[in-house]
Amino acid sequence: MTNLLEINNLSVDFPSRRGQVSAVNKVSIAVAKGEVLGLVGESGAGKSTVGNSVINLLEPPGFISGGEIIFDGIRIDQLSNEEMRKIRGTKIGTIFQDPQTSLNPLMTIGKQLSETLIETLKISGASAREKSIELLESVGIPDPEPRLDSYPHQFSGGMRQRVVIALALSGDPDLIIADEPTTALDVSIQKQILDLIKSLCKQRNLAVIIVTHDIGVIAEIADRVAVMYNGQLVEQGKVAQVLQKPKHDYTKSLISAVPSGDQKLHRFTIVDYIDGSTEKVTLENVSDHWLSKNKPSNTHDIAVSVKNLSIEFSIRKALFRKNRLSLKAVDDVSIEIKTGESFGLVGESGSGKSTLARLIAGLYTPKSGDINIFGHNVLQKTEKTKTSLVRRKMQMIFQDPYSSLNSRMTVEDIVSEPIRFHRSTENQSETSIVVRDLISFVGMPRTSLRKYPHEFSGGQRQRISIARALASRPEILICDEPTSALDVSVQANILNLLKDLQEELSLTMLFISHDLPVIRQMCDRVAVMQNGRICEIAETDTLFDHPYHEYSKHLLGLMPRMDLFRL
Amino acid sequence: MVPLLLRGFMFYFIFNRLAQALLVMAVVSAISFSLFNFVGDPVNNMVGQDATREQRIEIRQQLGLDDPILVQYQRFMLNVVKGDFGLSYRIKQPVSQLILERLPATLELVFASAVIAVFIGIVLGVYTGIRRYSWVSKIIMSVSLIGVSLPTFIIGIGLIYLFAVYLRWLPSSGRAGVIELGGWKTSLLTVDGWRSIILPAVTLSLFQLTMILRLVRAEMLEVMRSDYIKFARARGLANRAIHFGHALRNTLVPVITIIGLNIGGLIAYSVITETVFQWPGTGLMFIQAVDFVDVPIMAAYLIFVALLFVVINLIVDILYFIVDPRIRRGGS
Repeated sequence: MTNLLEINNLSVDFPSRRGQVSAVNKVSIAVAKGEVLGLVGESGAGKSTVGNSVINLLEPPGFISGGEIIFDGIRIDQLSNEEMRKIRGTKIGTIFQDPQTSLNPLMTIGKQLSETLIETLKISGASAREKSIELLESVGIPDPEPRLDSYPHQFSGGMRQRVVIALALSGDPDLIIADEPTTALDVSIQKQILDLIKSLCKQRNLAVIIVTHDIGVIAEIADRVAVMYNGQLVEQGKVAQVLQKPKHDYTKSLISAVPSGDQKLHRFTIVDYIDGSTEKVTLENVSDHWLSKNKPSNTHDIAVSVKNLSIEFSIRKALFRKNRLSLKAVDDVSIEIKTGESFGLVGESGSGKSTLARLIAGLYTPKSGDINIFGHNVLQKTEKTKTSLVRRKMQMIFQDPYSSLNSRMTVEDIVSEPIRFHRSTENQSETSIVVRDLISFVGMPRTSLRKYPHEFSGGQRQRISIARALASRPEILICDEPTSALDVSVQANILNLLKDLQEELSLTMLFISHDLPVIRQMCDRVAVMQNGRICEIAETDTLFDHPYHEYSKHLLGLMPRMDLFRL
Repeated sequence: MVPLLLRGFMFYFIFNRLAQALLVMAVVSAISFSLFNFVGDPVNNMVGQDATREQRIEIRQQLGLDDPILVQYQRFMLNVVKGDFGLSYRIKQPVSQLILERLPATLELVFASAVIAVFIGIVLGVYTGIRRYSWVSKIIMSVSLIGVSLPTFIIGIGLIYLFAVYLRWLPSSGRAGVIELGGWKTSLLTVDGWRSIILPAVTLSLFQLTMILRLVRAEMLEVMRSDYIKFARARGLANRAIHFGHALRNTLVPVITIIGLNIGGLIAYSVITETVFQWPGTGLMFIQAVDFVDVPIMAAYLIFVALLFVVINLIVDILYFIVDPRIRRGGS
């Protein structure tokens, strides 16, 4: 088979004040027509940079510092901007990660499609409209003609990604580069989109490069896979061979770090190949520490009890009631979380799981229903002081470690703020000792106290968020997708840390995730949510082995097949 | 079905804004009414030094100044709604008539400078946004600092010195070449009129121009980094289509907000510009009224400016609907 695209010894450098940073170092890959090549690696591995250099859209100031890119027998890395523009769209199509942001929000999708068609195929407006309808049909958008006049926000996430794929295909390209095409989508939609890409690849005899961090995606769709680490290609080969018999140590540890949905292990496997990923957490003598003091022995068996909780959000305001529309985000939900247990909440985006967590945390006020925390009704307005005392026992860890830390405060200020606010130490010097201990409990060096959040990676920031949550000496920890923004290797570390802390401090944990394998490893009991309602509450092992509700079965069926690449 | 619901939300939205506008107008009119009671005794300004006690009392009764405050306020509001702002203390003519006579001059000046500010501001903003590192952009950005930092009257006096005194190209003050067009006195139809409006219009526009320029540039830089611009490039679209078809329109929502507020600002700043250039508009009239404590004119001017602000903001809110389809959905 002759290769459509050949990349030989490609190097990409980013000049910076501290000298050149090599983002890609002598990478050689090739892809043929009708073949899907997976390019896998963690953030910062340089996999997206490889994709961007093929279409010559490197983020400035990056530049190709060595090697060659040969497309269809022509060397394209040295073409001028204008020559390259003619190749983009017509020869090489690109799909980006986030369908929310890939489309111009102010232009109808019909206009975006026909504009691209007129530019790439040099056809008239009328035939561009016909071709747009054809394209939308081919990517599986039902009844496409009236939808041409819709704006991107009128489509759901999965449909929007289909529109993006239609746009990428509009110039009838031979090669598609898909950069994390399903990362922003739900599992069920992820599968549909991957199937679509795969079938388009076969139908149109396309060459496809899928750039992803998700080994599940690779197992699902790719024919061959190339593994990148730190700008270098560590291994490539057939998917079955690489996933089942990885040669390189990095690939081995990366594969073993993917949480398993099949069986419950005591701890997550750490990617020990990466330097510094095994920051040792010292949790000795925690029971004598400040953290464990002042803890009333709770006689309540039930930490959190929620009864018939509902909340609505107004999605269209209007003067007259009949024109108003509202969405029942949480609809008559009742759950009980036992003291000391790990309670999981699983569901797709929009199922209301985060809203429920925020209701329990007191960030939203429910429309109806009751919330009891350690037997105290926190919605009662009469006992405000009691309520705030109870609320203090609950802390939350948010999904996005980038926006949940104040970027203008030092780590020391961030962690000590709750302590100072609650006046829970004797004096300033005790505060600083406690803060120092907290930061080392979460596995960070003490030197980080003087730094600001932007100096840390996503995983380190999540550790800081955990330290901040611990500073209030909580008894209940609410974790809202704490690792979904993180790489697999970092995820394993954070989840292990949470597990350790929970055991040492006997915390009650509400753990929210869309990721079933993670839920299986973390939780004692699980509730499955769909459209604001609870479908099923069960012991974790029972749910995974014998799901009762149809929707639970459906969700479990979408879980990536781990047996494909278990050793 | 969908367009009907859409109108429902728009109706709600505009109704909401109208209610807010009424509230603003009520507050402003209360403030302007209070001028009558707090800015000196109008009778002292109206009668001579040697007026007798009886004459003073008679004038007080004529003006209704002895009535309770609420009665006076009610009378004031009823007249305002009818468009009657009373007689000027100084000129002894109806205030509404005086304002209407002066209004065309101010509105033409504001219109001319708004056109200059919006047009040049957007063009230069787009240019400096796209060609970020070119030396032309750097010069434009440095010069624009002058526009922001120098006060209007200095710029006005500088322009008068350069173009009227030194080069003798343009007149230094006043409004020439006025012709009457169906009750509207315009100076935009004659060469003399154009010559006389250029300097004040440029002076007035300079601050707004630089604001718009800098805002459009910042928004352009932001939008050019966005994913949909990158995706548009990856589809092989031409630069022109990307810059003007995709990027510019996405910068417009914040730009429209600022332009709307700034047109209000132009009217407010026109007080200074009209004074520097002796431009016979409402701003100049207001300044003269302040000199003579001519309270009816001051009160009327306050209400008039507030009304303009409110109307412009309402127009801006409606423009959002046209520019951004996402707002039409009515999501919070």
